Amino acid sequence: MAIKPMPDATLRDSFRESVIARASVLPWVLRLLNIGPILILILLAIVVSILTPNFLKPINLGNILAQIAVIATVAIGQHVVILTRGIDLSVGSNLALATVMGGLVFRMTDSSTAVMLAMLLSGTAIGAVNGLVYVFGRLPHPFIITLATLSICRGLALEFSVGHTTMRGMPDAIAALGGYSYFGIPNSFFVVLAVVLVAAVFTRYMVWGRWLYAVGGDPQAARGMGIPVRGVLVSAYVISGLCAGIGAILLSGRTGASSPLYGDLLELDTIAAVIIGGASFLGGRGHIGHALVGALMIGVIRNALNLLNVDVFFQMIAIGVIIVVAVEADVLRNRLEAQARALQSTRLQ
Amino acid sequence: MKKPSAAPVLSVHRAQKRFGAIEALKDVSLEIFKGEVLALLGDNGAGKSTLVKCISGLHALDGGEITIDGKRAALSSPAAARRAGIETVYQDLALFDNLTPAQNFYCGREIAYPSWLPQALRFLDRQTMDREAAAVIERLKVKLPKFDAPVALMSGGQRQAIAVARATVFARKVVILDEPTAALGVRESRKVLDLILQLKAEGNAVILITHNMEQVVELADRAIVLRQGRKVGELKPSRSNQQKLVSMIVGAEA
Ligand SMILES: Nc1ncnc2c1ncn2[C@@H]1O[C@H](COP(=O)(O)OP(=O)(O)OP(=O)(O)O)[C@@H](O)[C@H]1O
Ligand SMILES: [Mg+2]
Repeated sequence: MAIKPMPDATLRDSFRESVIARASVLPWVLRLLNIGPILILILLAIVVSILTPNFLKPINLGNILAQIAVIATVAIGQHVVILTRGIDLSVGSNLALATVMGGLVFRMTDSSTAVMLAMLLSGTAIGAVNGLVYVFGRLPHPFIITLATLSICRGLALEFSVGHTTMRGMPDAIAALGGYSYFGIPNSFFVVLAVVLVAAVFTRYMVWGRWLYAVGGDPQAARGMGIPVRGVLVSAYVISGLCAGIGAILLSGRTGASSPLYGDLLELDTIAAVIIGGASFLGGRGHIGHALVGALMIGVIRNALNLLNVDVFFQMIAIGVIIVVAVEADVLRNRLEAQARALQSTRLQ
Repeated sequence: MKKPSAAPVLSVHRAQKRFGAIEALKDVSLEIFKGEVLALLGDNGAGKSTLVKCISGLHALDGGEITIDGKRAALSSPAAARRAGIETVYQDLALFDNLTPAQNFYCGREIAYPSWLPQALRFLDRQTMDREAAAVIERLKVKLPKFDAPVALMSGGQRQAIAVARATVFARKVVILDEPTAALGVRESRKVLDLILQLKAEGNAVILITHNMEQVVELADRAIVLRQGRKVGELKPSRSNQQKLVSMIVGAEA
């Protein structure tokens, strides 16, 4: 900063005052930006319930929860990956392949445990491939490998389902998990809450979570501090794959079928949920619950536009616009943080 | 028989390091003793950071060896170097912007339980870590605006002070500081220099990289000069040979 002589004392004082004023407002603005997504979600719900009274009916709310269960679950895994500055484009096809694997196992056995295990294992295995190839293949960015597995998984799913676009039938337990409700709340939403809870404990209270944030914050520094960066990265993609597997159980339970066509564009929905929820592509920021908030926001918007008879393509446009707003909010937050830092230095002089 | 203090804590013997066509280190040797501040000097690109990154396990040497307390040390990773008692404040990667001071303090060696689980799956003992980090920061008189905010919100001086404070806490043998006062004001620099003196008083061997000759004369017991990856001189810095030191660094000695 250039040091200019201040013409007189009053000017200097007013400068100081404005510095102090900004310094006290800034933290508030930053805090507001951090809880912004939740505020917007609440605001959105209020506006929609005024526009259409059907919105608040329990059955409709239950529908929203059922509709977002898959997005929310898979978005948790996506968030873990985004925390490490990565991205997982394969989640949709990974989920489709997992449902097909589950469907194939169901032809051989009625055991719901076996079918679920097949889906979870399939999802996790693809996640492991993503992580291992990314890290040990020394790829510049996970975009490339997960784009490849996006294509490979879809191909495998179509190949294994030999021409069937849907394979009917799922064991009762899976149908119950994905399709039934308990006091108006879909069972799948309890699964979502459980996944969020476990993910929150792992990311906030365990050393692994701290490493996740460190690697996302600064991969080089994480290595310098002795954190097993490669292991952390691989684990993130494994978790994302596992979440895709859980999502496969929920989706095939809800539909009572498996299909190689499931999960189309799910990567976009989950990335949107994470970003709308307030995480940052820069990595290392955001609470895991934000993915749930983001998914809820997408669910509410789609539902509201449906209730208001708005065309489907407007929904896509609306989601797109909101993504831009969310990313801009992140940019704004980073700028304000830089300002806060500058103010910190001035105040110390 | 040698007295224990006469054996170097750390010695580097004929270190070699290449990055493709660039020979960043050519046959560099150095020794450092307990309670000593060694200044590592050289122009930009001389190889100072490369040398300390080899010592702290971030780079593997292409040739030569490093011994700690006379024993050959395999510093294959930063974790191994930290376990061997080498603490580093890097020039370019000091802190995690997205973590709080306490989280930064313990990053990579979190206090966690239960001990029978692998470290990654243990639960963070956040209270202990917060309390101890706060105590250290208090003791070192580092003023922070807020203790629970990410360090992204803090000034350059505060961040540097946190990084150095972390090194002072975990230091067990060797502390390496790569330009710890670059980008700091006079007062903030003073604080860091005091911390360095404290490290020395506690018996650590300190390797200090700096471009500031005043600091070298004030703090360093010995200075080593690198130029284009070679060691070109070693002397005891003082006011009278300060000028000689500078010409060694830029390669203009008669
Ligand atoms: N990771 C790397 N890959 C390739 N070249 C590198 C790498 N790190 C350093 N170098 C090169 O090695 C040489 C020594 O660099 P180094 O960072 O050790 O210099 P330095 O003495 O620390 O300089 P400064 O005072 O600017 O920090 C330079 O030519 C630099 O370009
Ligand atoms: Mg350097």
